[in-house]
Amino acid sequence: MCRPGWRRARVQAQYLAELARLRRVRDRIDREYARPLDVVALARDAGVPAGHLGRLFRAAYGRSPHGYLLTRRIERATALLRRGDLGVAEVALAVGCTSLPAFTARFTGLVGVSPALFRLNAADTAEGGTAGTAADPGHAPGGGPAAVARRAAIPVRNREAPRAAGSVA
Amino acid sequence: MNLTIHTAALPHDDPDASLAFYRDVLGFEVRGDVGQGRMRWITVGPPGQPGTSLLLAPPAADPGVTEDERRTIAEMMAKGTYGWILLATPDLDATFARVEAGDAEVVQEPTEQPYGVRDCAFRDPAGNMIRIQELR
Repeated sequence: MCRPGWRRARVQAQYLAELARLRRVRDRIDREYARPLDVVALARDAGVPAGHLGRLFRAAYGRSPHGYLLTRRIERATALLRRGDLGVAEVALAVGCTSLPAFTARFTGLVGVSPALFRLNAADTAEGGTAGTAADPGHAPGGGPAAVARRAAIPVRNREAPRAAGSVA
Repeated sequence: MNLTIHTAALPHDDPDASLAFYRDVLGFEVRGDVGQGRMRWITVGPPGQPGTSLLLAPPAADPGVTEDERRTIAEMMAKGTYGWILLATPDLDATFARVEAGDAEVVQEPTEQPYGVRDCAFRDPAGNMIRIQELR
């Protein structure tokens, strides 16, 4: 009925289609991170059971949808805190975190310092006149594309990557 | 030295779908189309800028790419972590509206970024990220 090669190709095609669905879930998290998002709704809209989505997503992107959402929020929070015109609680709300303690714990775990200290340090650096001039040569050569800088600036535990400044113009 | 950036390449996994996106949604002109089936190299570019092209090419066509690498590339494309490009326009909102109306996957609505640019983002049919930055 079915040659092994065809079966393999069909399985691979199904897997790629599944990955494309996951991509849309991840893009939606990137788009709607500041809104209340829950994994059940994400899974429902993607047409897969929540537990299944969690497993697939973690296998594809290295963390759960919830973990990715929180990382995205913290990444955005670092940018807002650097700006310096918002308090920690305001920043937490602006990125969609409704619990300040949970935000603080997550931020500290990912960035390595508390949001308040991070904000203080960012302000110090800005006064020193060096904010935004340090490029991360591994990720954004020559102050390169802001989009790369943004991706590269997604925090990993205990690594506080300085962000490349400027645009590509 | 007098170098120009002549052609950048992005992978496709469905040449007809990619061609339709770049031609009909982004409004690029088609400058070349060689090969057949999945092995097609399609050159497109913005009208009025003949010196700069985008080559839509089959991924991993180099015979030196192993089967494992080929599978990884296909998976990264599907996951949306492989190819990307940055375009620019003076009128970001009109461009966004037009691309969105073309039924493209929106990744990000026009957003003022903390690093000083305003941009939006879409996916092309192959999963490549198309970021569009406002010229100002």
